[in-house]
Amino acid sequence: MNPLSVVARTVCNLFAWFLAVFGIYVIIHGHLTPGGGFQGGAVVATFMAFLLVAHGGKKMQSWVKKDIFTLMECGGLTLFITAGLLGMSNTFFFNFLAKAGGLFGSVVPMGPNPGALNTSGTIALMNLSVGLEVVGGLSMILLYMFSGAHPEESFGREEAGHDR
Amino acid sequence: MKARIFFLISILLVGGLLWTGLQAVHPFGIPGETPMDDYFIANAQGEAAANNVVTSIVFDYRGFDTLGEGAVLFTAVISVAALFRKRGHN
Repeated sequence: MNPLSVVARTVCNLFAWFLAVFGIYVIIHGHLTPGGGFQGGAVVATFMAFLLVAHGGKKMQSWVKKDIFTLMECGGLTLFITAGLLGMSNTFFFNFLAKAGGLFGSVVPMGPNPGALNTSGTIALMNLSVGLEVVGGLSMILLYMFSGAHPEESFGREEAGHDR
Repeated sequence: MKARIFFLISILLVGGLLWTGLQAVHPFGIPGETPMDDYFIANAQGEAAANNVVTSIVFDYRGFDTLGEGAVLFTAVISVAALFRKRGHN
């Protein structure tokens, strides 16, 4: 796929970063504002789609590799299951970090309050891990579909030569 | 002709069952049982220590459900990778 015109590329270079920042904001404020890991991850994956459409496959291929997204997806899901299993002394998915004082461990006052980022225990951790997983997964779907529609521009490692 | 009569009877049966079931539904905007909602509204902020009650339900009270959602996404990625893999190896 050829890159779009210079106008489209300049607009992408200017505004794609706002999209990325907004997606990361939605992910890390998942326990305070509407949204969360899934929604913010979809926004960041839209940023990847934006870059891929505006700049074409060759540029994107020189910027990122599929292996990074594979690592993000598997790592995110593993972190999620680990955060669920670490509270196993009580129950599965027990929120053992909440109100413990350490990481994400502040106490929340009842009723309306401005909200602090360092609250909610494993919920924030799980939002981060799910966001990582959704970014990796949706970007991988995007890159796989792109390389399936344009076989001449291949992404990532070449997998030639085995089981022939 | 026999099939049409069968279809007519089954449509009437399903429609009648749906209609009789709809008579028992509570009116719109007035939920029947609220102890679950009241529990979440009263205790979610204190127990899960998160301001966003919806997130505390999704990631804490029903975390297993979210794990399933993550597994669904993982399976979708694997199936797309299997569908769009490079050809010409066999």
